[in-house]
Amino acid sequence: MTARRLAGFRAWLWQRATAVYVGLFAIYLLGRLATAPFESAAGLRRWLSGTTVWVAFGLFVVAVLLHAWIGVRDVILDYVKPPALRLALLAAVMLFLAGNGLWLAAILMEVR
Amino acid sequence: MHGSTRPVFLNLLQIRLPVAGVLSIAHRVSGVLLFLALPLLIGLLELALSGEAGFARVAALLHGVGGWTARFLLSWALLHHLLAGVRYLLIDADLGVQAPLYRQSAWAVLAGAPLLALLLAGGLG
Repeated sequence: MTARRLAGFRAWLWQRATAVYVGLFAIYLLGRLATAPFESAAGLRRWLSGTTVWVAFGLFVVAVLLHAWIGVRDVILDYVKPPALRLALLAAVMLFLAGNGLWLAAILMEVR
Repeated sequence: MHGSTRPVFLNLLQIRLPVAGVLSIAHRVSGVLLFLALPLLIGLLELALSGEAGFARVAALLHGVGGWTARFLLSWALLHHLLAGVRYLLIDADLGVQAPLYRQSAWAVLAGAPLLALLLAGGLG
């Protein structure tokens, strides 16, 4: 019980820590798009491959994946009760997130 | 709930949910929406990076009725999730927990997110 409660509290804490980073990066991204929209593929590539943005974007990807996993997992645990269906859905969500993460990692490696 | 004789009434169309409850449901809906949109967003990013032809294709896709609708919907989801999230973090920090304030801030987020999304979907051309 203690371990389970700890796991729940740790998830709660990670959910908030990642939320702060994702939120700050989202605000930066919206501001960037609003004040200086990208005009070309070359411009977009230049922006993404710069060291600061590249690292910050990589962290953003990790934070989003973690945040989405905890959030969607909570929704599934609340609404899906049959154990087999629950397990299948959680596995599908994990595969989906891993796939998207690998895709983004490939894009980040490619622009660099 | 098993073996309980308490009445259960879960008709979502008849329950009068407090505004903070509506906000909470919308927080989950917007989160799941953003989660489902991940492949779409990553695909658009990849296409826009692929070269000037791909970039122009993305620009064309983002215009038009379908593009505008998707942009508005995802802008709403992002803004709602962000604003409601900031509200939750403030409430976690014991700010705005009191009676009129938590309700007013819930209304502000519910109304503010679609308005800002309209601005964003219109403004990002």
